Amino acid sequence: MSVELPSSEPPLSKDVGVLRAGWGYASVSDKIAGIVLAGGFGWRWWAAFLFTFAGVLVFFGAMAWLFVRGVGIWGVNVPVAWGFAIANFVWWIGIGHAGTFISAVLLLLRQRWRTSINRFAEAMTLFAAAIAGIFPILHLGRPWFFYWLVPYPNVMNLWPQWRSPLVWDFFAIATYLLVSLLFWYVGLIPDLATLRDRAGHQRRRARQVVYGLLALGWRGEARHWARYETAYLLLAGLATPLVVSVHTIVSLDFAIGNTPGYHSTIFPPYFVAGALFSGFAMVLTLAIPLRHFFGLHAFITERHLANAAKVLLATCWLVGYGYAAEIFTAFYSGDQFERYMTVNRWIGPYAPVYWSMIACNLLAPQLLWWRRVRHSVPMLFMLSLVINIGMWMERFLIVVSSLHRDFLPSAWGMFYPSVWDWAQLLGSVALFVWLFLLFVRYLPAISIAEMRELVRESAQGKP
Amino acid sequence: MTTARAPIPIMPAADGRRRFLKLMAASAALAGAGCSGPPAEQILPYVRMPESLVPGQPLFYASSFVRRGLAHGVLVESNMGRPTKVEGNPDHPASRGATDVFAQASVLQLWDPDRSQAVQRGDQPASWAAFELALNERRAGFDKDGGAGLRILTGDVSSPTLAAQLAALLRKYPAARWHSYDPLHDDGAASAAEIAFGQPLDTLYRIERAAVVLTLDADLFGDWPGAIGHARDFTAGRRLGANPSAKRLYAMEASAALTGAFADNRLARAPREIERALWRIAARLGAAPEAGVAPDLAGARWEAAVAKALAASRGHAVVAAGPSLHPATRALVHRLNATLGNIGSTVLHIAPVSVAPPQHAQSVAQLAHAMHAGAVDTLLILDANPVYTAPADLEFAQAMRCVALSAHLGLYRDETARSAGWHLPLAHCYEQWSDARAHDGTAGIVQPLIAPLYGARSAHEVLAIVLGDAQRNGHALVRGTWREVRGAGFEQFWQDALRRGVIDGSASQALAVRPAARIDPPRQDEHGIRVVFCADPAVDGGEFANNAWLQELPRPLSQLTWDNAALLGPATAARLGVASGDVVQVRLAGRALAAPVCVLPAQAEDTLTLPLGYGRSAAGSVGDGVGFNAYRLRTLAALGGAAMAEISKTGAVHALALRQREADMHGRAIVRVADAGRFRRQPDFAHALERERVPEQSLYPPVAYQEYKWGMAIDLNACIGCAACTIACQAENNIPVVGKDEVMRGRAMHWIRVDRYHSEGRTLFQPVPCMHCENAPCEQVCPVGATVHDSEGLNVQVYNRCIGTRFCSNNCPYKVRRFNFLQYSNTTLAQLKALQNPEVTVRRRGVMEKCTYCLQRISRARIEAEKLERRILDGELVTACQAVCPTQAIVFGDLNDPSSAVRRAKAAALDYTLLPELNTHPRTTYAARVVNPDPELE
Repeated sequence: MSVELPSSEPPLSKDVGVLRAGWGYASVSDKIAGIVLAGGFGWRWWAAFLFTFAGVLVFFGAMAWLFVRGVGIWGVNVPVAWGFAIANFVWWIGIGHAGTFISAVLLLLRQRWRTSINRFAEAMTLFAAAIAGIFPILHLGRPWFFYWLVPYPNVMNLWPQWRSPLVWDFFAIATYLLVSLLFWYVGLIPDLATLRDRAGHQRRRARQVVYGLLALGWRGEARHWARYETAYLLLAGLATPLVVSVHTIVSLDFAIGNTPGYHSTIFPPYFVAGALFSGFAMVLTLAIPLRHFFGLHAFITERHLANAAKVLLATCWLVGYGYAAEIFTAFYSGDQFERYMTVNRWIGPYAPVYWSMIACNLLAPQLLWWRRVRHSVPMLFMLSLVINIGMWMERFLIVVSSLHRDFLPSAWGMFYPSVWDWAQLLGSVALFVWLFLLFVRYLPAISIAEMRELVRESAQGKP
Repeated sequence: MTTARAPIPIMPAADGRRRFLKLMAASAALAGAGCSGPPAEQILPYVRMPESLVPGQPLFYASSFVRRGLAHGVLVESNMGRPTKVEGNPDHPASRGATDVFAQASVLQLWDPDRSQAVQRGDQPASWAAFELALNERRAGFDKDGGAGLRILTGDVSSPTLAAQLAALLRKYPAARWHSYDPLHDDGAASAAEIAFGQPLDTLYRIERAAVVLTLDADLFGDWPGAIGHARDFTAGRRLGANPSAKRLYAMEASAALTGAFADNRLARAPREIERALWRIAARLGAAPEAGVAPDLAGARWEAAVAKALAASRGHAVVAAGPSLHPATRALVHRLNATLGNIGSTVLHIAPVSVAPPQHAQSVAQLAHAMHAGAVDTLLILDANPVYTAPADLEFAQAMRCVALSAHLGLYRDETARSAGWHLPLAHCYEQWSDARAHDGTAGIVQPLIAPLYGARSAHEVLAIVLGDAQRNGHALVRGTWREVRGAGFEQFWQDALRRGVIDGSASQALAVRPAARIDPPRQDEHGIRVVFCADPAVDGGEFANNAWLQELPRPLSQLTWDNAALLGPATAARLGVASGDVVQVRLAGRALAAPVCVLPAQAEDTLTLPLGYGRSAAGSVGDGVGFNAYRLRTLAALGGAAMAEISKTGAVHALALRQREADMHGRAIVRVADAGRFRRQPDFAHALERERVPEQSLYPPVAYQEYKWGMAIDLNACIGCAACTIACQAENNIPVVGKDEVMRGRAMHWIRVDRYHSEGRTLFQPVPCMHCENAPCEQVCPVGATVHDSEGLNVQVYNRCIGTRFCSNNCPYKVRRFNFLQYSNTTLAQLKALQNPEVTVRRRGVMEKCTYCLQRISRARIEAEKLERRILDGELVTACQAVCPTQAIVFGDLNDPSSAVRRAKAAALDYTLLPELNTHPRTTYAARVVNPDPELE
């Protein structure tokens, strides 16, 4: 850090694209902490909260019925033994990717535009990964025995079967969830201290105590900051390979299998690209209403949205490459089962899903080549929703259309989702939004500490 | 053997008398519902076990399962007094060690909780004594007028004891009448014999002596007396391609049937076309006057080729015609067989096995008319359901109301029971003493395995009441009949008969008969769509409608479960603008019926086949309201079918639960077929269909299977697709039934399915059990090691360890794994618990299951062998599917035993692996099919 003369006046930000001009330390803190502490969220928040809470009840109600009756309440069958639950799992875990990517990878790459979006993106990651983690358990025939995947010592001397990618998956997801949680929490500590102090000023004792406990005695000392920075950087370093590993291993759940449509070496990079694609789409889906309803236009600027849009465009092409590679491999291999699977995706019973997916994931994002589209907030919001849906369809197609017509035509079948499949999917979306609403209610959605740093940096005219 | 369990004594609680009485009633009910033990009389286990059948701990009793009046020899497995499984009786001519699906499912019928459990008078519970009292009130009247108002209605009857009892009854009351009606009785065969021979005769076919077999809408391998023997004899020479061109089967069929599916040359034609073709073929062979030429080229070539083949195999041919053809045409078949010199060689005639009046339609019509006229005051219906099955225009339900005392003896409180004054519960075949003859006349004793569960009685015991006999015990009655036949040495004879299940030398002698020289052709002026009624391959005429195993059995040709459907050919369906699932209205002579269509490529055009046995209203909780009731269209005139049906689309759609929807192999080498010529030129043609593969590399050393190495070989040259294996497996392995909705979702649980493909005009069958891959894809992906390999190469499933990820099923390229998506096994009903095989785990929801190669049988055989300090011998151990197979298409055994049959089968040039490119190394392999089509018809 360069040596500077201490200035008596606190700095004021200049417009650097990712932060508008005229913000100081105090005003940034006031703005962000104010969202949490000001209270009075208004009817819109309450309406959204109650609506999604109804969805949460549906989710848990469907879960209870599932435990009572069994997975037969879904549309799964033989040959399509995996259905919505696995598609939802892959989708959510994919969404959970962007947060860590933004926080960790962009941090290591010193991308300044990550600052104002990393916090809520990490929260998104956490919620998405947690929801994703529920689905494989719900999906089990006997969910109460899910812990048999854990290598714990037992009198039967039974161990998991290590050749199965599901065991790897268990570890990959557990690790990812743990590291994401740590990363998010460590990043929150200075802000929690800010909230603690401000709640104290406002004489809100309960909040002060809770935030205080969570802040772990943060006093803002230079030593704290130094260790914090080191720890954060280390965690970023730890989380970075996880961004790649989690979805790689999720993809192995499929790629290890011999089913045409699963058995493909392109899957790991293809899944990671797809995860980033859907994750950034979800970041946009969340960022746009956030800045709109809480007036955060100064912090989450059009530059942020445009940058996310560029990432979308890039990952869209990566995903497109994945699609193309799958098709090429199917025909180049000459394998009749692979060929049939590919053609069946084009013209078989699930062809409408395939072509919708192509429209959502490959065609629609091409609009982002236009600057006007990248800078049009409504367009971006629409596109982000379209991509989210498209990516869900991709997961559905991989899981279902590969299974429904494999080797022996006599065993071919169809998967039709039941009402409980939909309840679980839509309920999980409701749960996600509900958790996010609680998050913006109780925790700073943008990192106060990092924003203050950005104020200083912009005031000093750092690029 | 256990005796009846005493109810657990329950101390009455403090709240007094009412509760005590309630508890007493409950425990009395429990005692009744529980295991009721063996019958009081001495019954004898089957001691002389044939080779290749395993005696295990359970006891096997030889008995007979009687269907449509004919005996099917069975060995019933009894576990602690509970009959749980049926095997064929190798000594019995109708069984030869195998069974059909009905005999397999008969144990479920025995334990069916919906069976009638009490005597009923109208809607009120009554007793046998009350029935006797009611009958005795009539007796004075019978004595006065010779029983003029007394009528007995039975199905087909071959039982010597029943025949003797009925004869005694008719002697005692000369004015009484005995009527017979079985809805599927082949009246036409009797008429044809009358025309040809002047007397009703049964026809037997000696397929083993035949070189050419021509069937004319005659399902010799399926719905035909002696079908198992026909299939066994026809396929015998073809095993493993030994001698594929020794026999050739030509089939002309209107409805798709097993025989046609297996035929070397098959032609689908409407019944009238078949008849015309037959007259022309007969004319070519000099058995009929000149009858013109075939209207189309394909037909002409076919007829020429068939005539040539028949002429070339004089004395070694069989021509058989089925019930959809006119009796005169069927008489011509007798003439043709005589002309060809087949009679006495491949075609034999015997005196009718049935003792009931041979013309059932006429018989039931006479009864109904008499009832309507008020001439019947006492009607006794013994094991028949005429209210449901009788010709629709007889209005039998109404006729029942004109009878003062009507009593129905049956297994279920069915439609007839509900309109009869009295209903009497009938003892099941495995609960009663009786006797019956097989299709060739061989007699056998029906011995009970268990005392009647619900105080039911046999027809003999009921007739004894009617006769006022002092002797009312079924055992004594049956012994009485045979004591008269045998006289001296009776006890030894009786013991032998019980042990063996058949009575030696009781088969009917072939009669030397000659058909009339001239048979007149029937008048033929019909046109339009012809309706053919047929037995449903799973519920028969409806008597098995409440049998859930059979309801869920995919019908071999249509793969339909839990329904019947109006079967149409593709061109006819296209002309009518209907597709599978569309509901059509069928109008026939003023009667209408709504039925869903199922389009089958093997179905003849202009022919609508309506399977009977559905649309029941009082079958029980399983069968009620399933399918449509084709009997409603079946009038007296239309018993054998009728022309001029009008079919119109209703616009409604009915969801059909098809087990298999895709019938095309998509160019994949799944069922491998070649004709005999190609097989001669290229004996390993099955492998020529495989892609060239990279040599396999593995990092792991090969596993040495030191002890046993189990393997299975399925010979597609023998499999006729009858699906008996599916039901046998279900009975053996406690496989639950899931119901129509679950089948439609794709969740049927059968461990061995019989796949059906359509390829180049042929219907091909392929039984698919677990392949027990040595390099099993399922094992590699299970996260908890719930599916593992054992030291003998079995791929075993550990139910306790399974958590239900279903990854194994996804990774199984053969899709043979079955998952308990819900709690499918019924673990609450006492009867269904009693039915379970005690050696096989009953699975809970959430676990995967699949074929185990009958692991419990392997264990049993191993224990027996170890007791004798030797290895399991080849043939000592048979799987359930292997045991039941009518054509012995399935061979199972030890691949380490160089002399084992399975090793021989796998050494055959035809042996191939399903999906070999996946390197799974299945232990189950197939012998490719070699067909023998007529080269002139290529």
